[in-house]
Amino acid sequence: MNQPFQEIPSQEDSEQAAHRWRGAFEATPAAARRVVNRSGIEVQPLYTPQDWSGTAYASELGYPGEFPYTRGIYASMHRGRSWTQRQLIGLGAPEDYNARLKEMLAHGATAISLIPCNSVFRGCDADQVDLELLGTCGTVINTVEDMERALAGVPLDRISCALNDPSPFTLLAMVLAVARRRGIAWTKIAGTSNQSDCISHYVANHMFFRLALGGARRLLIDHIAYANEFLPAWNPLSVVGQHMQQAGASPAEAMAFTLSSALQYAEDCRARGMDPDAFLPRFTFFFDVSISFFEEIAKFRAGRRIWARLCRERVGARDPKSWRLKFHAQTSGVDLTRQQPLNNIARVTVQAIAGIFGGLQSLHTDAYDEAFSVPSADAARIAVASQNILREEAHLTDVIDPLGGSYYVEALTGEMERRIEDLMAAIDAAGGMYAAVEKGIVQRRIGESALAFQKRVESGEQTVVGVNAYRIEESPEQYRALEYPDRARIEAQLGRLAAFKARRSAAAVERALGDLGRAAQGRGNLFALVVDAVEAGATHGEICARLRRELGLGQPLTVV
Amino acid sequence: MSDESRAQGGLRTDPPPKVVVTKIGLDGHDRGSRVIAASLRDAGMEVVYTPPWQDIAAVIKLAIEEDADVIGVSSLASDHLLVPKLMAGLRKAGAGDVQVVVGGIVPPGDEKQLLDAGVARVFHPGTSLQVIAQAIRELSARARSLRTGVPS
Repeated sequence: MNQPFQEIPSQEDSEQAAHRWRGAFEATPAAARRVVNRSGIEVQPLYTPQDWSGTAYASELGYPGEFPYTRGIYASMHRGRSWTQRQLIGLGAPEDYNARLKEMLAHGATAISLIPCNSVFRGCDADQVDLELLGTCGTVINTVEDMERALAGVPLDRISCALNDPSPFTLLAMVLAVARRRGIAWTKIAGTSNQSDCISHYVANHMFFRLALGGARRLLIDHIAYANEFLPAWNPLSVVGQHMQQAGASPAEAMAFTLSSALQYAEDCRARGMDPDAFLPRFTFFFDVSISFFEEIAKFRAGRRIWARLCRERVGARDPKSWRLKFHAQTSGVDLTRQQPLNNIARVTVQAIAGIFGGLQSLHTDAYDEAFSVPSADAARIAVASQNILREEAHLTDVIDPLGGSYYVEALTGEMERRIEDLMAAIDAAGGMYAAVEKGIVQRRIGESALAFQKRVESGEQTVVGVNAYRIEESPEQYRALEYPDRARIEAQLGRLAAFKARRSAAAVERALGDLGRAAQGRGNLFALVVDAVEAGATHGEICARLRRELGLGQPLTVV
Repeated sequence: MSDESRAQGGLRTDPPPKVVVTKIGLDGHDRGSRVIAASLRDAGMEVVYTPPWQDIAAVIKLAIEEDADVIGVSSLASDHLLVPKLMAGLRKAGAGDVQVVVGGIVPPGDEKQLLDAGVARVFHPGTSLQVIAQAIRELSARARSLRTGVPS
């Protein structure tokens, strides 16, 4: 072979060189420091071709848009179409939300979101909860008329809407009713049921309406079946790793528990006789992205690879569209600090870049003031501007999967993959995700990781600027928090609810709720009857109460 | 019990501080309450933990039945706005000696409102677990001295 200058070292030389470097490194003080990432993986000081040689490129990485999708789920990724900028919004009364939404649409937004008031999450109408909480965190929407006001002047057939719509999906039922009134075909209703992953609610953030878990399990599959049949542009499922990671799960644990949940839902759909290639393309995911930069990138790359294999080999999907892990990401609120809150802009930037390099499809960047308030308008604007800067100024999107082929990123992707698969094997051994959460396995793990992380902060092993290092004297009063909704508007909203109830046909509502209750005892599609009940004038609270009565009361599955 | 709490507790005959750790209102995000409950337990206290979504009346009843010294209310999403009702309820039930602390996302303007309503301390994100544990030990002693009339 012709090697005139011996520039390419032989295998032996490369090993000698590695040995030489190792010796030099170990002579420095840095050698004493062991580095372990949030998922418990020990991180080496240097990665070389000995850690990742690239010989398995085709099977481990492949090309973007091709199995196993390590490098991204689409051929052009962000070089072609940018990610969707989808900020969460929701506050006050429906007209407050509508004003904010129109402002966003005027600024060019094509994807919107709707967060309902916590009272809605908990299955209550406005007249069933403490007045002072209404509209402080999410918009109060209880009836189809509320939804009409919230979406007044909004082109429902031309936008994609992420509804933070927990089971029993009454917000979607209301959107469908509004579409019908406006003569818009349901086939044009596009978006995602963002909070439909019931398992994450029972174990992590507990934003559900006190329904027994078995009932929630059935409602979810009914909802997916209904969307498959009538709503071709709707994604009925978003599997939410974000809840578990925010509750304390490590990145590897969050990915593992999320994929195990998704697998459980896929198996439930298959048990109903649905075709994997009909439902899997409309499974979407929602992940947290923390400030542990490389670990998050590896988490997403590993997750894509595992999900693709599972869908193909275990669920039996044959359409490549079924193998893609499509995900929305939100920057981690837990990483943000109340101290020196403007520093959070830097944190969110790092988190967002990790998500972008991780290959996300849609992104919410947190506002810097989230550690002391629901985001103020100024802070929300900076969060949006940060995305614009990353997308259009920073040249992050010029090259697809720009960290692919890095010895470190590829080795870490492989290690995260093994760790995630080990955790998923433990869930399988417990009998699947429903069985594992009923036994408390998942909650215990999340709790232990949350406490372990807090102890790392307490000990100073994990620096948090402004909290355990680089502290300054400051007065939090200098930062303006969001104002609570105007009490008069909330009281007017209560008046409208009472008027709505007085005006509707009580007989039609009772008939619809009766049908829903009977279906709960039988085998009918419950979501279809939720749609009918909303159309008949039933409120969110009434629908939740009837389902709870028929399907049983549920509590958070907490373990401390 | 940790060495530290043994040293600071001093009196071996004193039962450890008893704390109800809870969430009232509508929100379910319980990372904060779980971490606090586990770490106070590690610090040698007796912790009565409740899942989220508690009614105020149920928390008052629990605190009285358990003879708790301190109630810790964790809040992420505006539920701290209900704490003045908890304070009024405790006084009405004759349990005004029970010390109440609030931890979590409390906007700057709301802190004064809580303190004015009788809340003993408000802990914001980033407060160290040691600082919280020490404050609860002191508040437990205050609750006991209010109850018995013996200065702490």
